[in-house]
Amino acid sequence: MRTELPGHRHEWLDEDAGPVVRPYTLTGGRARPSTDGLDLVAYVLAKPDPDLAAYPELHPEHRLLVELAGRGTPVVELAADLDLAIGVVRVLLGDLLSRGLVAVHQPPRATYLPDNDILKAVVDGLRAL
Amino acid sequence: MDSVRYDGERRGNRVPIALKILIAGGFGAGKTTLVSALSEVRPLQTEEILTDAGIDTDDLSGVETKTTTTVAMDFGRITINDDLQLYLFGTPGQDRFWFLWDELAFGALGAVVLADTRRLADCFPSIDYFEQRGIPFVVGVNCFDDARRFSLEAVRRALDLDPDVPMVLCDARDRQSGKTVLISLVEHVARHRGEPVPTA
Repeated sequence: MRTELPGHRHEWLDEDAGPVVRPYTLTGGRARPSTDGLDLVAYVLAKPDPDLAAYPELHPEHRLLVELAGRGTPVVELAADLDLAIGVVRVLLGDLLSRGLVAVHQPPRATYLPDNDILKAVVDGLRAL
Repeated sequence: MDSVRYDGERRGNRVPIALKILIAGGFGAGKTTLVSALSEVRPLQTEEILTDAGIDTDDLSGVETKTTTTVAMDFGRITINDDLQLYLFGTPGQDRFWFLWDELAFGALGAVVLADTRRLADCFPSIDYFEQRGIPFVVGVNCFDDARRFSLEAVRRALDLDPDVPMVLCDARDRQSGKTVLISLVEHVARHRGEPVPTA
């Protein structure tokens, strides 16, 4: 049975609606994260021994994110592991960031212009695979 | 926000540098196959939501009742060492999802454009995209079993490629072959910067 939300009826919320509606229910309808521009390959690191019990409002997905980020994981891998759209994961990560439960390491600016040592390491590493 | 750091500020925990490489080309050119062949983990998939901005240019004829959708993105990982990882992203097959391309291309090291000689025109949009944004790329000519063999020069002429863009014959199913393509890309990136080409 579909629950009708008074005042929130839209003609596109029917059986044929695409999957967009469902992912964003997890974020309470928020489509924009509180932190802009989390890169796909930004590393998310959970704070050591996060006290999740202090945040009863967090969803199970938030908790899973903290768990997965314990070993440092890029945003895109978190999304794949949780099987959630990138946009949803960014919103959830924004929630965790604002509570200080995770830290995000954006790719260094130098990544955009890696120096020759890095390029050489990549070539050597690929040859050695 | 103070908990978003750039790598230069990191303390304690070591965070690897992650480099993005895009795998582009027309539908069915072998992008997913190449990512699979090269990735050390099973290729992963994530989705991004096709927003209204994307729908503007989307061809909805025949699917008028479906106003929303998600776009799948394939990606794979190659660990070079503890400090360095490559992430390979297959671009969405439909070239109209530019908003996703921009996100994928942001900060990317470079791109591989896979060409299928049976449908060369399919990779024109990819080539245009990277040329316009100055993103270094190489063209991998995927050798399908049933495709006629063309010389690389003939393909280069047909694609109207700049002479300095490397072209490599490859088999997207073969890891060694895929590695060769990536190596030629990284060497091209180094040349692009006017630095000496790394040699083993």
